[in-house]
Amino acid sequence: MNAKQIDQATLLQNETDPLTHTPVHLLSLDKVGKNYGNILALSDVTMAVDNGRVTCVLGDNGAGKSTLIKIIAGLHQHDDGVLKIMGEERKFGSPRDALDAGIATVYQDLAVVPLMPIWRNFFLGSELTSGFGPFKSLDVQKMKDITKKELAEMGIDLRDVEQPIGQLSGGERQCVAIARAVYFGAKVLILDEPTAALGVKQSGVVLRYILQARDRGLGVIFITHNPHHAFPVGDRFLLLKRGKSIGYYEKKDITLEELTAQMAGGAELAELAHELEQLGGHGDVVKEVQNEVADVAQTTGKAYN
Amino acid sequence: MTITQTRTKSPATDERVAKRSPLQQLLGRPEVGALVGAIVLFIFFAVVSSTFTQPNALATVLYGSSTIGIMAVGVSLLMIGGEFDLSTGVAVISSALTASMFSWYFSTNVWVGVILALLVSLAIGFINGWILMKTKLPSFIVTLASFLMLTGLNLGLTRLIGGSVSSPSISTMDGFDTARGVFASSVNIAGIDVKITVFIWIALVAVATWVLMRTRVGNWIFAVGGDENAARAVGVPVKATKIGLFMGVGFCGWILGMHNLFAFDTVQSGEGVGNEFLYIIAAVIGGCLLTGGYGSAVGGAIGAFIFGMANKGIVYAQWNPDWFKFFLGLMLLLATIVNLIVKRRAELK
Repeated sequence: MNAKQIDQATLLQNETDPLTHTPVHLLSLDKVGKNYGNILALSDVTMAVDNGRVTCVLGDNGAGKSTLIKIIAGLHQHDDGVLKIMGEERKFGSPRDALDAGIATVYQDLAVVPLMPIWRNFFLGSELTSGFGPFKSLDVQKMKDITKKELAEMGIDLRDVEQPIGQLSGGERQCVAIARAVYFGAKVLILDEPTAALGVKQSGVVLRYILQARDRGLGVIFITHNPHHAFPVGDRFLLLKRGKSIGYYEKKDITLEELTAQMAGGAELAELAHELEQLGGHGDVVKEVQNEVADVAQTTGKAYN
Repeated sequence: MTITQTRTKSPATDERVAKRSPLQQLLGRPEVGALVGAIVLFIFFAVVSSTFTQPNALATVLYGSSTIGIMAVGVSLLMIGGEFDLSTGVAVISSALTASMFSWYFSTNVWVGVILALLVSLAIGFINGWILMKTKLPSFIVTLASFLMLTGLNLGLTRLIGGSVSSPSISTMDGFDTARGVFASSVNIAGIDVKITVFIWIALVAVATWVLMRTRVGNWIFAVGGDENAARAVGVPVKATKIGLFMGVGFCGWILGMHNLFAFDTVQSGEGVGNEFLYIIAAVIGGCLLTGGYGSAVGGAIGAFIFGMANKGIVYAQWNPDWFKFFLGLMLLLATIVNLIVKRRAELK
């Protein structure tokens, strides 16, 4: 194993916030675990989120990524361990609690209303009004201006804020959701597989907005199963597998190849080669898988057999 | 941050925004299909009937439109909010019966009955909405149930209390004249009597349009109809909005119920059945999507106007009114098809 793991025991004690240089993280998890009845969904996960840093959570389906976000976003409560916001221990009772603590989640389905104009979507639920009493009316011009300005600051080049948001591409819609979270005071931004349903180009667009959000000082949690998306934008990488952390790295300590190899799971590939061999009659395929195993072993420095 | 700098100076005119002519912008509005239909129908009846365009006839057409249009305002908003209400037709009668029976049997000023009827109408709306939000059943089922129950209550209670199928005449009671002045009088404009319901209708459409386009509640109505879960996720009070919409329908039903009561002074307890479809038809012709999230109050008004023109126009053209329902159905089909085509065209350009 070439890559140096972040020491789970000393991480939260010795590391300091890069902006404030105090040993307090914007958000930190210490040995957090969660059971659903007798099923262990997540155990012993330690990670930290800081201002202006992107923490990537990588893992395959069923690795516990969604359980992790749900705990941070306030949909579920953790059973073990400690969740701290700005050094203060918290347990969120509802998504509203998490939102009030400055944690905004951009879900895959985005929470936008397709037929409504962009600016109405942007301010939906938190509309600006002028006037008083029963004659309060929407401050339409101000909301349009703010929407345009905020999206421009995120680097979103918008044609017309009056068009229905359903006409935007998936990537653009994602970005409006991000910009909305940023504008309404999010300190921690959770992005749940924002690139999963997008094409190559659109994914690039979303990754750029993740960097924009980071540059504006937000702590970003980027959930993905694609190391090629995670590596360019991430500062730290938490790898999950079957509800457990299988690695936690600083960017300087790991390469894309190592990350990919860990994700790909050299052990699984070796197992697959064995099985195919036993079945017989798959000579070409077995050879291919074995080559793959050799590749993975080379990059991670581990031998699988 | 070079990306941002080059991109923030997006000028007022973007070359990717094709210049949309005012005509195209107009064609993108939800009510435009109905407007085209209304104009065509108007010209049609003006040609086939010599009396149709006379001021008196127009006042009659407007009156007929207003009795549908008042309800269509509430129903349109409800449909934009993603629900519909089958109990509206009989709820109007329930409201009228409440006012007349209460003030008659308790010998009160009719205004007491009028206020009580308002409370009953709002309560019917509230209960519809509340059951809908509690059970999460489709509004079709919930309001079909309340339609049947109200139909039965109207007939049953009226016969139980008064022993007849209609409410007693309240024309001699205290407050009847002032109440008639408010709900069922006429205003003389340049020698033509225009019913007061026409003005109430126009005022309601104006208020509803303002609420929809310029208030937070309007934003919420579009949102709960467009995508309820998304609306909830960003903190829109979905329950309150939907219940409020049903109560709005109740309010419109109260106005129409009071008009019916004070225009004639008695109410037939079996009336109102089937009218709920007229209100829904008006809203749909006016461009409100059945699935919610799209539409306008003005559209519902134009839909009601089309209804009024067809209803009275057939009489002025001296045709057999038996044909009216056929024309109504045809119009519904044509108007919705025109709506669809116009909307697609406008969005493509």
